[in-house]
Amino acid sequence: MATTKRTIEVELSTSGLDAQGRPQRVPLVVDDGGSPVALEAPPSVEPDLSGDHMLINIGPQHPATHGVLRLVLELDGETVVRCIPHIGYLHCGFEKIGEYRQYNQIIPWTDREDYLNSPGNNVAFALGAERLFGIEITERCKVLRVMAMELSRIMSHLVWLGTTCIDIGAFTPFLWSFEKREKIYELLEDWIGARLTTTLTRVGGMGADVPESWVDKLRTFVQAFPKTLNEIDRVVTRNGIWVGRTIGLGVMSAEEAVNYGLSGPMLRASGVAYDVRKDFPYLDYETYDFDVPVGTHGDVYDRYLVRMEELRQSTRILEQAIDRLPDGPVNVADHRVILPSKSKATSDMESMIHHFKQVMEGPRPPIGEAYVAVESPKGEKGYYMVSDGTSKPARWRIRPPSFVNLSAIPKMVEGHLLSDVIAINASIDIVMGEIDR
Amino acid sequence: MSTSFTPVVAGSALPSDAPAPATPQSIAHHGGEPNPSAATLRLQFSGAVQGIDVVWGETTVIVAGEQLLDIVRWLHDDPAQRYDYLSDITAIEFRDTEQPLEVVWHLRSLPYRRFLRLKVRITKGAPLEVPSVWSVYRGADWLERECYDMFGIRFSGHPDLRRLLMWEQYREGYPLRKDFPLRGRFSRSEQLRQALDANPEARYSKEELSIAQAFEDLPDDMRRRLSTGEKTGE
Amino acid sequence: MGLSRQPEPAAIVGGGEPWVTTRLDFVVNWARANSLWPMPFGTACCAIEFMATAASRYDLARFGMERQSFSPRQADVLICAGRVPFKLAPVLRRIWQQMPQPKWCISMGACASSGGMFDNYAVVQGIDTIIPVDVYVPGCPPRPEGLLYGILLLQKKIMNERAKDKTLRNEMEPDPKSQLYIPPPVIDEISEPFGNSVHQTRSGL
Repeated sequence: MATTKRTIEVELSTSGLDAQGRPQRVPLVVDDGGSPVALEAPPSVEPDLSGDHMLINIGPQHPATHGVLRLVLELDGETVVRCIPHIGYLHCGFEKIGEYRQYNQIIPWTDREDYLNSPGNNVAFALGAERLFGIEITERCKVLRVMAMELSRIMSHLVWLGTTCIDIGAFTPFLWSFEKREKIYELLEDWIGARLTTTLTRVGGMGADVPESWVDKLRTFVQAFPKTLNEIDRVVTRNGIWVGRTIGLGVMSAEEAVNYGLSGPMLRASGVAYDVRKDFPYLDYETYDFDVPVGTHGDVYDRYLVRMEELRQSTRILEQAIDRLPDGPVNVADHRVILPSKSKATSDMESMIHHFKQVMEGPRPPIGEAYVAVESPKGEKGYYMVSDGTSKPARWRIRPPSFVNLSAIPKMVEGHLLSDVIAINASIDIVMGEIDR
Repeated sequence: MSTSFTPVVAGSALPSDAPAPATPQSIAHHGGEPNPSAATLRLQFSGAVQGIDVVWGETTVIVAGEQLLDIVRWLHDDPAQRYDYLSDITAIEFRDTEQPLEVVWHLRSLPYRRFLRLKVRITKGAPLEVPSVWSVYRGADWLERECYDMFGIRFSGHPDLRRLLMWEQYREGYPLRKDFPLRGRFSRSEQLRQALDANPEARYSKEELSIAQAFEDLPDDMRRRLSTGEKTGE
Repeated sequence: MGLSRQPEPAAIVGGGEPWVTTRLDFVVNWARANSLWPMPFGTACCAIEFMATAASRYDLARFGMERQSFSPRQADVLICAGRVPFKLAPVLRRIWQQMPQPKWCISMGACASSGGMFDNYAVVQGIDTIIPVDVYVPGCPPRPEGLLYGILLLQKKIMNERAKDKTLRNEMEPDPKSQLYIPPPVIDEISEPFGNSVHQTRSGL
């Protein structure tokens, strides 16, 4: 059949999406009748090279490994046969040091561990310590912490978005997402004085109350943020290159994902609707109105869609939190854990003694243990603290979501091409600080 | 294109009139409501269960190490338990030297929305060995390796128990043990010297890559380089 | 910040320098200083602040750092941003050795400069025990303005270099047996705990 190959401009009279909402591939070659012609692959002329596997090493210093990760790949041509990840290049002894620090002194450490989600980690640790002490925090503190967690989720997903776009080849969304991060940095700096490593919470409350008009600035941010998201969405989501490079990669089925212990967007993209905020709630998350996006294909594209939707849902939660922020004290009025005000500590004897005890010795929780898990942007983040009655924990364990997520990479990468390894690695959203601790 | 999966919803095994999950309020230190799985576990494995504790609302079941794998497999497979999610594996060594070392497993049942903690106590002087749950949960792979790296606990049945966070020839010991000082046993210059000597990328170990099987088929120069452990890139 | 863009070489050197070599020095140094291609050895939180400095608000490209060179072979300045554990130490050493001269090093952040808050078994107490450092930028993490100040200090340092000073481009020579390039007692002395770290080895009070 004689075919004339000509390119046609396809007017998308449909939305370009199929029944499941996935983008349709538009063929560019049609025959005379207008029906698409499948292009044949050229005949293979290379000699059979199977049997010669190549070993290559990616990292630990590499722009696309999102930190100091080392992947040793055994390749058959461009196809990955085996992948062995090596971690530990950022192991800094967090858990050991936790045994030598009082509970409030550990909070700066939680910043540095998952450094993209510093406020979120601060909140998670404070929740765990408060469980261990048996303290109930105030209502205002709860809402502020929800704001901190959602801002932190937005911050982390923006870095993920920017760096994943760079890995797959698009540079501009990186600049857009970092400009939005600068806006959040401004908010955090107004609140607590630090941009990135915030040390936002204390056991029993927050490091500082939000200043006046901070909530208005947050409202301005929340109104402006969806515009950037829409911009990035327009450029990336139905982009032929993006779709072509991410669809069908790194698939994990639902049973595999649960068995491997994956959590967060990785797990939800595989179709498992498990979100710690919904299933084991904390900070009154059950009273907020938000949806949890769940994917159906478990590939890189679905993880991207899940995270983009989570950004929108976080904005929704922030709007609700702004509306419901109550007045009242931020710190709980418990002299065991909260320092008295300076004026009282220098005038009233009892306050001075409390101040002295807290600073010199640190608050001492009763003997016990607590595991508090929160939904960090990466997944189920847990802090497990064991107290032996002294002011420093007997054991401080960080349950790192990226650690367990990354352990599935050998499974996800097998059979894919070398450049797909980078895309799959980017889709896991790892933070080496959390993995290695 | 990949096929699409049917969504799995957490809490699917609960009856439709079960209360929606809520933020726990006013949790008691001791004496809270225990996880129903604990009582069932005690009935099923009466000899192995050494104690049940409820601290700050979380149920801990202390079991004997030898039967841990059977217990975990039963918790995973039994349709009334369905603990399909392994959250964490870790260990605790207390400052008080009389107290035993505890190895801790955090399990979640997504269909029933439950959380259970299993503990195995290893008395001082006993060999630091517990069974591995890798055959039940693939996620235990790295968690157990890290536990071995930090505490020296061997997980029998683990396919590849090597150090994970420290380099494989690390000689100072197991960092999270209480007898390991915060700054390490050696002086800083000695630590640096050992670290610079280790140079983890210089060798691709044959074992980890199954090169041993393919060794004969490799090209000559590659075989030579691998067997002498020659440093690459210099 | 009071950094002059056109230093007078004759004034600094003290006169007596041939005019041609001072002009040549100036041109060479000016070219080097204003086209430093960084090799971002980013490990932790400081790497994120480095990325923020390279992004559009605190643009690094206007200082000549247009192209982030992730290959050390094509880089001028190694910016070590983040904490360096002992497992990463040989990697850092090798990356430094792979960079061709002229090369400089900026140690960004408290952890790279001195070990920072990580005074424990796992972290190198300052990357200057492994590689020679030109500029230290304190902070945890340093603000983008802080990093920019550090880069401008490095540019000033480069402007003050002289071709006749042959020792400037000497490659460090580590002791072949121990791989250390400064004597062990000096390493121990500069790694000693100071400040709060001294008191924090009490566990369990």
